[in-house]
Amino acid sequence: MDTALTVRSLRAYYLTRYFGITREVRAVDDITLSVMRKEIYGIAGESSCGKSTFIKTIAAAVRPPLRVLGGSIKYSFLDRDLYDLNEKALADMRWKHLSCILQGSMNVLNPVRRVRESFKDFAFPHLGLARREFFDVVNQHLGRLHLSPSVLSAFPHELSGGMRQRVAIALATVCRPEFIIADEPTTALDVVVQKDVLALILETQREIGSSMVFVTHDLTVHANISNRLGIMYAGRLVEEGPTGDILHDPIHPYTRHLVASLPRIGDLTPKKALSGAPPSLADPPSGCRFHPRCPLAMDICRQANPELTPLASGRRVACYAVGPLVKPAADSAAAPQATQADKSAAFLQ
Amino acid sequence: MLRVFRDLFRYNREFAIGTILVLIVLSLAVASFFSPYPPQDSYVVPPDVPPCWAYPLGTNSRGQDVFWQLTVAMRNSLLFGIAVAFLSRIISLVIGLVSGYAGGVVDRVLMSINDTFVVLPLFPILTLFYFMMHDHMSWTLLALAMASLGWPYDARLIRSVALSLRNREFTTQSVFSGMSTSQILLGEHLPYALPIVISTTINNINWSIGLEVTLSVIGFTNIETPTIGTMIYWANQHTAMVAGIWWWVLAPVATVIMAFIGLFLLSVSINEFIDPRSRLARMGA
Amino acid sequence: MLCRGRWIVEFPRMRAYAWYFIRRLGQFLLVVFVGINVVFIVTHATPIDPVEQAISSATQFGQSDPRAVEIMRKALRELYGLNGTIWEQYVTFWRRLVTGDFGPSLSAFPTPVSALIAQALPWTAGLLSTSTLIAWGAGNLLGGLAGYYRKNRLLKGIGIAATGLQPIPSYIMSLVVLILFGYLWPILPISGGFQMNISPELNIRFLSSVVTHSILPVLSLVLITIGAWFVGMRSLVSNIVTEDYVVYAELAGVDRRRILGSYIMRNALLPQLTGLALSLGAIFNGAVITEFVFGYPGLGTLLVRGVNSGDYSLVLGIASISIVAVAAAVFVIDLLYPLLDPRVKIE
Repeated sequence: MDTALTVRSLRAYYLTRYFGITREVRAVDDITLSVMRKEIYGIAGESSCGKSTFIKTIAAAVRPPLRVLGGSIKYSFLDRDLYDLNEKALADMRWKHLSCILQGSMNVLNPVRRVRESFKDFAFPHLGLARREFFDVVNQHLGRLHLSPSVLSAFPHELSGGMRQRVAIALATVCRPEFIIADEPTTALDVVVQKDVLALILETQREIGSSMVFVTHDLTVHANISNRLGIMYAGRLVEEGPTGDILHDPIHPYTRHLVASLPRIGDLTPKKALSGAPPSLADPPSGCRFHPRCPLAMDICRQANPELTPLASGRRVACYAVGPLVKPAADSAAAPQATQADKSAAFLQ
Repeated sequence: MLRVFRDLFRYNREFAIGTILVLIVLSLAVASFFSPYPPQDSYVVPPDVPPCWAYPLGTNSRGQDVFWQLTVAMRNSLLFGIAVAFLSRIISLVIGLVSGYAGGVVDRVLMSINDTFVVLPLFPILTLFYFMMHDHMSWTLLALAMASLGWPYDARLIRSVALSLRNREFTTQSVFSGMSTSQILLGEHLPYALPIVISTTINNINWSIGLEVTLSVIGFTNIETPTIGTMIYWANQHTAMVAGIWWWVLAPVATVIMAFIGLFLLSVSINEFIDPRSRLARMGA
Repeated sequence: MLCRGRWIVEFPRMRAYAWYFIRRLGQFLLVVFVGINVVFIVTHATPIDPVEQAISSATQFGQSDPRAVEIMRKALRELYGLNGTIWEQYVTFWRRLVTGDFGPSLSAFPTPVSALIAQALPWTAGLLSTSTLIAWGAGNLLGGLAGYYRKNRLLKGIGIAATGLQPIPSYIMSLVVLILFGYLWPILPISGGFQMNISPELNIRFLSSVVTHSILPVLSLVLITIGAWFVGMRSLVSNIVTEDYVVYAELAGVDRRRILGSYIMRNALLPQLTGLALSLGAIFNGAVITEFVFGYPGLGTLLVRGVNSGDYSLVLGIASISIVAVAAAVFVIDLLYPLLDPRVKIE
C-alpha cells in the first residue's frame, strides 16, 4: 500500500465537568486525510486551531479530559485501527514504528539521568541487540547527526539547546521508525539553529525512508520541509495540497490571507489583518467556522459546513465560495447533506 | 465571591466537610458565652457523673460540667491559635514579601535567617522559656514567643509567591503603564497572594493550637485557664483513664481533632481550588 | 574504575562540591550560633533569676542559716555560670557549650548533665532515625504510587486516611496510640525503653526487649509524620506526570514501572529531601513529645523531668544539644542533596 497513515472522520473533544458546568471543546472535528510513504505532510494553522490535539490523537497520547469520539486512524504497519490495540501492542509498536519529536524538546530528557539512560530506556527494548552492539549503533547514529559520543555520558542540562534538540531527533530516529510525528520541533530555536535542525531532520528522514507529519504554524518552515501541506482552522482541515502549489496559488480565503501575510523581500505593501479572532472551540460558529471573518461569506456558509472537495490538481478545498461545489438549494436543509455524502463517497474511492 | 463559596461547598467534598466541622467547633466556642457556670470554678456539680441528660458530656473529677468546660476550652484554644497565627502572619508576610520583591542580597540574607529559624527545634526552647518564666508565664507571652519562632515556614511560601508575581509579565506591564507600587501590590498581586495567605494562616492556627495543647498537657502553661490542653492535663492529673472517667479525655480530644481536620480540609480545598493544575486533574477524572 | 576522560569531566564538579560543603558548614555554624544566642537571651533576659528560684524552692520549708544560704547562692552562681558581667557570662556560656560541660545536674546531683544527656541521646536518635526513615520512605513510596495510579481504590483509601492523619498534632496522636494499645488492646509495652530488670548488655534478650518497647513510640511518630509525606509526594507526582520528559517517555512506550521509578520518583524525591531538611525541627518536636508520652528514656522525658525538678543546667543543656543535633542532621541532609540532583549549580 502506498499510504502510511489514513485518518477518517476523526473527532476528538475535550469534555470537562467542573462545578456543575459541562463543556465540550471541539478541538478536532471531523478530519480526514492520508499521508503517503516517504512523504512529509505538513500541518499549518494558528494557535488553538487543534493541531496539537490532532497530534495527540495520532500518537495515541490521548488522556482525559481529551476523548476520541469517532473516526478511524490506520497506520500501514498495523493491522487494525490504532485505538483497537491493547496496551501491550501499543507499547510494542511505539518508538519502533512510530516516534515523535516534540515541541519543547529542550525538556524531553530526564534531568536527573544521563543521556545514555534515555537511549537505553527508549530504544534498547526495541532493537533487540546486545549492549555493546546497541551502543555501536547509537554512536553511529549520533555521528550522522554531528553529535559526539561523549554526549551520552552528559546530563541534559549540560548540553546546549541545539544539542539537546539534535539528541531528541537522534532518539526519535535511532530505531528507524516508519512514521515520525513532529510537533513544532524548531519553534523554540533561533533561526540559525533552526536551519541546521531542519536540514538534519530532512536528511535523516530521507535516509531512513520514513513518513512524517510535521506540525508548525510557521509557513516558511513548511516551504522548506513539507511535501504536502494541510491548513487547519478551528479544528477542521480547510485546504490541502502540494506545498508549492498552496504557497503560490492559495485557494481558500483563509489560506490566501495566511500566504499574503508572509513578508517578501522588496514588498512594501502594508499587510491587512483579518478582522475578528479565532473562534472558541467550545462554542464554534455554525456552518463554516471561518464565516464570521471571511470576506467571501455567503448565506450558505452560515448554515452548512463545506466538505473537503478534491480538485483536479490533487488538492482539496473546503469552501462554498471558491470551491467547485454546487450551491445547494437555500430552502432545503437536507440537500446539502446529500451533496456532501455524494462527494465524500466519491473521494473515499 | 459568595458564589465561589457556594460552588465550592456544593462540588468540593473536602470543602463541605471542612466547613461543617469548623462550624461545629465555632458554635461550641460561641456557646461558651452562655455557660451557666463560671469556667474556673470547680466543684459546682457532682463529680464523676457519666454522660446523661442533665450533663450531656458528663462531669469530671473536679466537679465541673465537661460540656461547658469544653466550650470554654475550645474558645480559649481557638483564640490563642488565631492570635498566634495573626502575629506570626505579620512577620512572615513582611519577611516573605520583602524578600521576594527585593531579591538579590536582601533576599539571600533574609532567607539565610529564615532557614536558620526553621531548623530550630521549638519544644526545647519553649520549655526553657517556661522554665525561666514559671509563674509569670502568661498566654500573651506564650503567644508572642510562639509567633516570633513560628514564621519561617510560611515566610518561605509567601516569598515564592512574591517572586513569581514579580517576574510575571503583567507586573512589568503595570509598572510600564505607570501604576504606583501600592496600586500594583493591592490591585494586581493581592488576589494571587491572598489564597496562600489564607491557607498558611489556617495551617498556622492548627500548628499553634497543637503546640499549645502539647505544652499545656505537660503542664507548662497557665493551667488554671481552661483550654483543650489544660483539660487533658487535669484529666491526667486525676488519672481519668485509669479511673474510668473516659468522657473527660474523649471530649477535648475528639473536639480538637474535629477542629484540626476541619481547618486542614478547608486549607487543602482552598489551595486546590487556586492551583489550576489540580483543577485540571479534577476535571479530567 | 574512573577512566581518565571521566575524571577530567568530574574534577570541576568535585571542586564545586568542596565549595558547597564549606557553604553548608557555614550555614550549620550560623544555625548553632543563632540558636544558642536565642537560648542565652531566653535565659538571661527574663526577670526570673534561676539562682533565686532554686534557693527559694530549697528553703521553702522551715528556716535556713543565712550563711548556708549565702554559700549556696555563691555555689549556684558558679554552677550556672552567672558570675560576672553579661559579657563574661556569655563567654562562659559558649565555653561550656563547646566543651560540652554543663556542670552537674541538680536533680541527679552530682551526675554531670552531659552524662545524662549522653545516656538519653542515643534513644532519641534511634527513635528519630528509625521513624523518619520509615515515615519518609513509606510515605513517599505510597504517595508516589497514589499520584501515578490515580484510579486505584486501595491507594485512594490510603490517601483519605493520610489526609485525616496529617493535621493531628503529635501529642494527640501519641495519646490515641497509647490508649489504643495501652488500655484497649494491651499487647505492647507502653513505657520505658526496655524491660526494667534486664541489664543493658548486647545480648538477644536485651535487644529484643528494646525492640518491643520501641514499637509503640515508633508507630506513633510514624503515624504523626507519614501523612504529610504522603500528601506532598502525591501532589508532586501528579504535577511531574505532566512534565515533558514524562509525557515523552510514555509516548515512547517505556515500561510504566521504569517511568515511575526512574523518571517520576527520582525527580520527586528531590524536593521531598529538601522538605525533610526543613521539617527536621518539627519532627524532633514530635519525637520529644512522643517520648514523654511513652516514658521512653530519651531527651523528652529527661527534659520534662528537668523542668519539674527545677534543674536549670539540665534544661539548658538539653535545649542547647537539641539545637546542635538538629542543625547537624540538617547539615548532613544538605550534603546529600547534590549527590542526587546533578543540576545543583554550585555557585
